Amino acid sequence: MDRDAANDKSMSSKAHAPVANEDLGKSGGTAKLKIFRGDAEGGREVDYEIPLVEGMVILDAVLGIQAEQAPDLAVRWNCKAAHCGSCSAEINGKPALLCKSRVDEYDGEIHVGPMRAFPVIKDLVSDVSWNYEVSKGIKPFQSDEQAPFTMYEEDVERLYEPKKCIECFMCQDVCHVLRTHHKHAEFAGPRFFVRNQWLEMHPMDNQERLHDLKEDNGLGYCNITKCCTEVCPVGIKITDNSIIPLKERVADEYYDPAKWLMRKIRGR
Amino acid sequence: MSAISSAWKRLPWWVEPMTVVLVLSAFGLYSFVAIALFPGEFRQFVSPFYSPEVPLPNWMPGFVTAPMLVLWIPLGFRATCYYYRKAYYRAFFFDPPACKTGVQQKMDRFWAGKNAAEGYRGERALFVWNNIHRYFLYASIIVVLFLWYEAFRTLLGPQGFQVSVGSLLWFLNIVLLSAYTFSCHSFRHLIGGNKDCYSCLRGGNARRKTYNFVSRLNLQHPQWAWLSLFSLLATDLYLRLLQTGVITDFVIIPFGG
Ligand code: SF4
Ligand code: SF4
Ligand code: FES
Ligand code: FES
Repeated sequence: MDRDAANDKSMSSKAHAPVANEDLGKSGGTAKLKIFRGDAEGGREVDYEIPLVEGMVILDAVLGIQAEQAPDLAVRWNCKAAHCGSCSAEINGKPALLCKSRVDEYDGEIHVGPMRAFPVIKDLVSDVSWNYEVSKGIKPFQSDEQAPFTMYEEDVERLYEPKKCIECFMCQDVCHVLRTHHKHAEFAGPRFFVRNQWLEMHPMDNQERLHDLKEDNGLGYCNITKCCTEVCPVGIKITDNSIIPLKERVADEYYDPAKWLMRKIRGR
Repeated sequence: MSAISSAWKRLPWWVEPMTVVLVLSAFGLYSFVAIALFPGEFRQFVSPFYSPEVPLPNWMPGFVTAPMLVLWIPLGFRATCYYYRKAYYRAFFFDPPACKTGVQQKMDRFWAGKNAAEGYRGERALFVWNNIHRYFLYASIIVVLFLWYEAFRTLLGPQGFQVSVGSLLWFLNIVLLSAYTFSCHSFRHLIGGNKDCYSCLRGGNARRKTYNFVSRLNLQHPQWAWLSLFSLLATDLYLRLLQTGVITDFVIIPFGG
């Protein structure tokens, strides 16, 4: 909660421009950043120091360093308003949006690096294209009826939450199934369970998705340890509201002997 | 509350998994010793570990005590609970111990040689059995009903109806246990999570309302899990203190007689 409030304040400053020291009074002191410089081959952390400005977010600091000290520093960003999901990186080893993380939230040195579950391109930018490939593998929405549909609020209220996703892929980055165990070939990752939950629970969608979830998307690899939920910048309860409900539906279909028997008896 | 949780977040990453290991091990040890060695009744009070009471068949080996015939239900329920799964995968298996890069990577190396990371199976191998959680839920609902009965029975003191500190504890315990049981993810699924369209169902609105209520309870599922664990412990401990005469049950509202 506090974090959101703090963030609103920082967003109201200047939406697009980096907060440079000339437009807001210096508040004294400096921010010390250790920023990863390197590429797929490797690299190291480099120390930077920049005057601390009140309300400054990490992205401001990084852009300030880029403007004044390291013009070749690579960083990806777009909206500076926690909306586009471009500026995902790791701050002190945990994924975070650079534009949503205030410098004064951290004590002491601040380590900034790229997301590590994906190949690093340069400095703070990693190649997230694997995610788009996974996305292509998910059956698109399909319905027996023609849109526009008549739907009732009570049937779609559960679908708002997964729709908030901004595709920052930080949940993918923090998931140990990908980051530690490298199951990219067999595991779709939390972001795509969020997407699948939306599709699976959509009252108008007619596709059979549970088989794909179990076999192709590797839902069973997830051990519901909730790191994804901890980092989601828009507060989607990924594990509780997407993954576990999907696991329960997969259990209905594949792991419930009574349900299996019923299906046999009914000849389905 | 938020001050506590933000202070908790500032602690080193290993504090949380280690606390879980200690608390769960201590609880396991305590409850095992209790049910293996001691009787579970004192006057109108029955320890929650000993209910429902089932007769012990003669052919059972001597080390099996009556509560063991029932305790596998709540034990299995907790062992396959989505929340406790998270807790023990993190704390006992260190997979992952925390969500920070350095920690996840370090553990990977320390675990067991080079290819241990690639051998990860998650809930696809042995732990696929956790999918039977719903059956433990069904059985646990029955146990919860018995515990409600036991709670009401504590109101019947030697002199008739009364309310004592013990009764309050028994009620607190069963309320927390009910909150834990009915905030279960499998229950949430059963009650409405498995439906895509409420307006297409008969009684759909009631179904949806129940689902939304369970979803709200479910938000606090971890909290219910811990609180009910502690209340179980406190209730059993209270009974032991009564048994050994260390304390006497203080009657708040005496009636009848
Ligand atoms: S809960 Fe599952 S998907 Fe989310 S980070 Fe943990 S293992 Fe990955
Ligand atoms: S679910 Fe959350 S963390 Fe994952 S990609 Fe979407 S917004 Fe980012
Ligand atoms: S720049 Fe768009 S989310 Fe940070
Ligand atoms: S999920 Fe915890 S009891 Fe079912």
